[in-house]
Amino acid sequence: MAIILSETGEHRVAAADGLWLSAAEAERATGWTLKPEGMCRDEACVPLPASEARDGKVDVVAFWQRLGHPVLHDEARETWVLGIGADARNAALAGLDAPDFTLPDLDGVPHTLSALRGRKVFLATWASW
Amino acid sequence: MWQLLYDELKDRNFMIVAVAEESRGADQARQWIEQAKPAYWCLVDTDHRVADLYGMVNVPQSVWIDEAGRIVRPAETAGSTDHFRRMDLTTRTMSPEDQAARLAARKAYLDAVKEWVLTGRHALPPDAARRSQPRITDDIARAHAHFRLGTWLRHHGKAEEGDHHLAEASRLHPDSWNIWRQAADLQEVGKASGPEFWARVQALGDKPYYPPPDLPGVGR
Repeated sequence: MAIILSETGEHRVAAADGLWLSAAEAERATGWTLKPEGMCRDEACVPLPASEARDGKVDVVAFWQRLGHPVLHDEARETWVLGIGADARNAALAGLDAPDFTLPDLDGVPHTLSALRGRKVFLATWASW
Repeated sequence: MWQLLYDELKDRNFMIVAVAEESRGADQARQWIEQAKPAYWCLVDTDHRVADLYGMVNVPQSVWIDEAGRIVRPAETAGSTDHFRRMDLTTRTMSPEDQAARLAARKAYLDAVKEWVLTGRHALPPDAARRSQPRITDDIARAHAHFRLGTWLRHHGKAEEGDHHLAEASRLHPDSWNIWRQAADLQEVGKASGPEFWARVQALGDKPYYPPPDLPGVGR
């Protein structure tokens, strides 16, 4: 059992030998789908060598690093972070579309930034510390 | 914090999204929010996801987003100034002149937000907005991943291992006050504004703690 922390949330997965995951769990954690041509999302497919995908399973660490994203794990290799690489971040920022996010309010009710499309939005951070 | 701004502009197709970068969670944020619950969105961001997505390094920072969901002013200081750096640390007070200058800069900033909402002024054209975006390096991207792992480990009873990742995050992204101060706060409430914080601020020398945005009347 392992925990994956990714942009799509926190996922509990059955992992072996690093992060070899079933196609279904790999999709849940990464948003990419295993197909004969490789790992695919929307119109894009990234071919994987046989050493990174076999028997319906994917080496998610190798795949994620192939995309240029950082991968970290704790000492016990139980908790993994699938981060987002600098190129992807910079491309998104250069595109000027406000990166979308969903966060809870104080009562735990989720709110999604893009639901405010059509209004001007003043997005501001603060902290108690 | 933004209630007056919101009250003035709420009927002008405008919304405020106030995000608490608060790894201790909603309860920590709650005690700081006005008794009368604001009508604008007050969200809790335990992973500092917004800072990661928008390349923010301090609080308060703001991003202005237009009706089409486009960034028209990238992350910048939201109304705060460096006058606090000259405060008398024994009495925690600022000179009357600094107090006044600080309030004037904040007012000028809020006036600029209002002008943007009402007239569109101060929105940057796309090329200028793009140039003003923060540059994310490989180290910064890794720093955010270490921060995520560090806060998660801390929440799951592994404080020492978590602190190791938080320290690594700060080492990789030394410009992020968010990372350093949140990590200090997780170790001990108050540490984020204690002697180590002031030493770090001093070490900035001539560099700003709150870089002033390029808006009329919002100087240092």
